[in-house]
Amino acid sequence: MKHKNHLLENVIHGVFLILGLITVGCVLLITAYLVVSGIPAIREIGLFNFLTGDTWASTAAEPSFGILPFILTSVYGTAGAILLGVPVGFLTAVYLAKIASPAVKSVMTSAVSLLAGIPSVVYGLVGMIILVPAIRTCFNLSDGSCLLAAIIVLGVMILPSIIDVSITALEAVPKEYEDASFALGATPIETYFKVSVPAAKSGIAAAVVLGVGRAIGEATAVMMVSGNVPNMPSLFQSVRFLTTAVASEMSYSSGLQQQALFSIALVLFLFIMLINATLNFFLKRNKEE
Amino acid sequence: MSNIITVDDLCLWYGSTQALHNINIEIPEKSITALIGPSGCGKSTFLKTLNRMNDLIPDVKTTGKIIYKDRDIFSPSVDVNILRKEIGMVFQKPNPFPMSIYDNIAYGPRTHGITNRIKLDEIVEESLRDAAIWDEVKDRLKKNALGLSGGQQQRLCIARALAVKPDVLLMDEPTSALDPISTSKIEELALQLKDKYTIIIVTHNMQQAVRISDQTAFFLLGELVEYGNTEEMFSRPEDKRTEDYITGRFG
Repeated sequence: MKHKNHLLENVIHGVFLILGLITVGCVLLITAYLVVSGIPAIREIGLFNFLTGDTWASTAAEPSFGILPFILTSVYGTAGAILLGVPVGFLTAVYLAKIASPAVKSVMTSAVSLLAGIPSVVYGLVGMIILVPAIRTCFNLSDGSCLLAAIIVLGVMILPSIIDVSITALEAVPKEYEDASFALGATPIETYFKVSVPAAKSGIAAAVVLGVGRAIGEATAVMMVSGNVPNMPSLFQSVRFLTTAVASEMSYSSGLQQQALFSIALVLFLFIMLINATLNFFLKRNKEE
Repeated sequence: MSNIITVDDLCLWYGSTQALHNINIEIPEKSITALIGPSGCGKSTFLKTLNRMNDLIPDVKTTGKIIYKDRDIFSPSVDVNILRKEIGMVFQKPNPFPMSIYDNIAYGPRTHGITNRIKLDEIVEESLRDAAIWDEVKDRLKKNALGLSGGQQQRLCIARALAVKPDVLLMDEPTSALDPISTSKIEELALQLKDKYTIIIVTHNMQQAVRISDQTAFFLLGELVEYGNTEEMFSRPEDKRTEDYITGRFG
């Protein structure tokens, strides 16, 4: 009997290990595949030309594979979304974690969770139907699909991650710190911004990095509002992101063009790795504090 | 000696539970008043009412008056932030901010509008000297305060409270988390500080009350049972319940 139990334990351990390895295996497989399939095109085009070329004409008679427009669009788009989303998200988090009454807090937190659950295609649709025409009218453009529209959509899409992670960080600040500040005659607002926020700064930084990761990896919604033309980025021009560059041409690509798309995915993947490493750095520091 | 705080018929409720019953007490200035009593007797609650820290707890209701500087601290004309500047507080667990020693001390003065660097330097040094910790930290003012020992942290917290130039210092069991040597340092410090400040200290430790306080108030079940000169109270308690408590029959 005892022997049998022991065997069962081992079998179950093994099953869990295998299930865990599925995730690890997927990551390794994807990484390996991206590297293997991404390198040939880079080798043929040349790393420098590939990364810094400002013309993407994959189907032209004399094709040109420069992805600088995509890289810059992704970087600018993400930066814009952060510029827009972080102040709103951060201040919302301070309000919800520290100031709001329990009733307001409960309603608003549910709204934030709901926002997180909306599929990106819905963001794209609403952006297409409301935002794009609004931008066209406001700025008197021939087409409202542009970098600005993508920035606004991304800015809203990253709000839930920023708010959620910031709230967790702010709520973890020991109450003793805040009490000490109140007891010195500081007002609530002074206390939250001079004591609570600095004490939660690593967690809030992690929230921002998470937002960066979400923004740079988003494809569907930005494809629907950004016009999807491989221009060098400018606020009111149609642009194409790293993500959308891959998504929009893959279905009809072949040869070097297809290989170049894999290379774009590899570049995107490296960006995400970098962001993840940054995120882990902040989360770890937050834990240590 | 004149009284700095006069409490008149103070009652306090947490929701529907009454935690303080008709407290009347007069606190003389520049002296040490000890509040003693078993856990849950209301002594800490009473202490936190004096600088209105209880305002931060939802569902707290008070009646009665606390007269400080000729004004009822509950009156709408009193700015609670100014009140807390004048009636400072040191907590049970040392709670320095997670910032440098210098910034900990400068936090209060900065909050109250002092930005001049030279002035701040002066206040920081003076407060740390008054709290008898200057010599230990003067070479590492820029280091994080959380790197200090527990006893040092508590003296830092006292210095931080002194930096806003209070009249009254409330201490909520300030030595309960400390070792005996750190405890005796805080006690010595309290005795030095009473020349300049009025100190009200909650303590679980009756020997501590005897060692440092001028008058003692004994709380039981939310009532002030007995209040008087410390020496007299510990040698000739008037109330049977006080006698039972200080002789260790309960608590």
